[in-house]
Amino acid sequence: MANLLALIHNETIKVWRKKRFAVVALVLIVLIPVFVYAQMKIAQNNASKFADWRSELQQRITDNTNALSSERIPEEWKRWRRALVQQLQYYLDHDVNPNTPNAVTFTSSFLENSVSLFIPLMVLAVASDLVSAERSTGTIKMLLTRPVRRWRILLSKWVTLILYVSLIVVATVALAYLISGLAFGYEGWGEPVFVGFEPQGSDIELGAVHAVTRGAYLLMEMGLVWFSALVVATIALMVSVLLRSTAASLVTMMAAVISGMILANMASSWHSAKYLFNVNLDLTVYLQGTPPPIEGMTLGFSLAVLGVWGAAALATAFAVFTKQDILA
Amino acid sequence: MDKTRIESDRDVILSVQGLKKNIGRKTIIRNVSFDVRAGEIFGFLGPNGSGKTTTIRMLVDLIKPTSGRVLVCGEDVNRHPELALRYVGCIVENPEMYPYLTGWENLEHFARMQEGITRERIREVVDIVQMDKRIHDKVKTYSLGMRQRLGIAQALLGSPGLLILDEPTNGLDPKGIKELREFIRKLADSGMSLFISSHLLSEIQLMCDRVAIIAGGEVIAVGSVDELVKQAGSYTLWQFDKPEAGLRLLEGSGDVAIVGDGEHRIDEALLASLPGAIVTVMDEESIPEWIERFVAAGVRILAVHKTAPSLEELFLKLTEGESVG
Repeated sequence: MANLLALIHNETIKVWRKKRFAVVALVLIVLIPVFVYAQMKIAQNNASKFADWRSELQQRITDNTNALSSERIPEEWKRWRRALVQQLQYYLDHDVNPNTPNAVTFTSSFLENSVSLFIPLMVLAVASDLVSAERSTGTIKMLLTRPVRRWRILLSKWVTLILYVSLIVVATVALAYLISGLAFGYEGWGEPVFVGFEPQGSDIELGAVHAVTRGAYLLMEMGLVWFSALVVATIALMVSVLLRSTAASLVTMMAAVISGMILANMASSWHSAKYLFNVNLDLTVYLQGTPPPIEGMTLGFSLAVLGVWGAAALATAFAVFTKQDILA
Repeated sequence: MDKTRIESDRDVILSVQGLKKNIGRKTIIRNVSFDVRAGEIFGFLGPNGSGKTTTIRMLVDLIKPTSGRVLVCGEDVNRHPELALRYVGCIVENPEMYPYLTGWENLEHFARMQEGITRERIREVVDIVQMDKRIHDKVKTYSLGMRQRLGIAQALLGSPGLLILDEPTNGLDPKGIKELREFIRKLADSGMSLFISSHLLSEIQLMCDRVAIIAGGEVIAVGSVDELVKQAGSYTLWQFDKPEAGLRLLEGSGDVAIVGDGEHRIDEALLASLPGAIVTVMDEESIPEWIERFVAAGVRILAVHKTAPSLEELFLKLTEGESVG
């Protein structure tokens, strides 16, 4: 019986040689400069308009407060703006700039913006055809007629997936930092950032607020992004086992991820939607202290929902893969 | 009697016992049983859609049988694939390898899946299939014949006691088929058992020692190839310059049966090459006498042709025999 390490070796080589990671890296290398440029324009614009960051912050607070009095804005948006105003005020009160333009803050906000769609899509590039490609090319007949139990083969594929998800998260951060550093400088690891804002109904609880360094903050974000990406990858693995065609499993997963984003934005009065995995993907909102898409969601809740979905998907994938007949 | 039974059991490398498979409500495989002995080339003959491929997939744990079992060297394939499949190399349908890896990397990939396969062994199988020149090229650049050879190399990696090949001549040119046949014979001479499926009786006849014939999801005959072929019988085709005269002579005799147009299944291409030929069933030994008789009667013979027995004919014979008996 071949050992698991050899099987993981095989799977890692296959994903690598299919150039899946190369595509992900290429997409990042093309996209990040675009965002860096946009960010740079904003920074230049602000620099010309405001004397220093304090007056800029004050202007944002005023803008958002004014918007709150408008009748036309839906209640969910108001809630979000109210929370933002409180946060900004806290930063102003403590004389801390929340948006110093540097590579670390850029990387942080890039992660926050990519966690619910961009990172899942890149993960799907690896995960969606992990099993279905073996089926559609027929290589599964060679793979499953070797003296190895099927659960070991699927386990090796899942472990490989964990490795590549980690690699994608690390590569995203590394590339975002390296590329944005060219424009903003590589400083900023030690700057303070406040965490612990707890949205309570329409208000924000400030009792637990404390400062951490930007570096620690980024690391925590990476952990959260990694976890939600891993759950997406695991569900994609299950879909890849269930559906024979790679295209079908990719489309299914993309539809799930995108519909989650839409649902989250609807900030719906449909409360039971919070048990869907796809509205829970943006774990970084809890770190930022902005209100979650649906009331009643907390970090613990989202982690539990994602964990349950991931575990169920993994169990289904193993149950089906070890028993299914390879008919064609 | 008992003693020979035990001895033949020890020689059995693959034992298929009462296989049955339902897919949905449909029964695909009704009853398939046969034994493959050590060192023999065993043919598995059946028309397309007879359950050949489903059976082969059950032999290598790609499909779980509804009931019955498959033993390789005494190990149950379904319960302990990690033990049983050590003794098996197989190519199910086409030899599909990873096109984005080189031939060598593909072999390394499959070598890692079984303990005890060294680099030397990989080099050995590459030599056996004579692929050393192209082995470091990507598989997507290979021709079908080369993929076939790489597939066989992969199947041979674990030095299996049993090699299963599903329609191995499909898509090969005549030269390739001939080489493959010689290759298979060589493997069998080295003590390996081979299990080869085909829908062509002539293929099986040329390659195999024994054969199981499957039709409608059931094995309808198992035996030595020669015996079965003899049962199939064959036709003798006569082409005369004056067909009417020839026909009259043939009809006049009691031991020649004339076969009408719709009653035989002779290859259309053959009939087209012998226009106006009269199809008969007759004793092989009487053909020289008949020729003399035609010559004496002034009927000139353009061609006499004995057909090779076809699978269809054999099926008719076998199923007829069943319904009578």
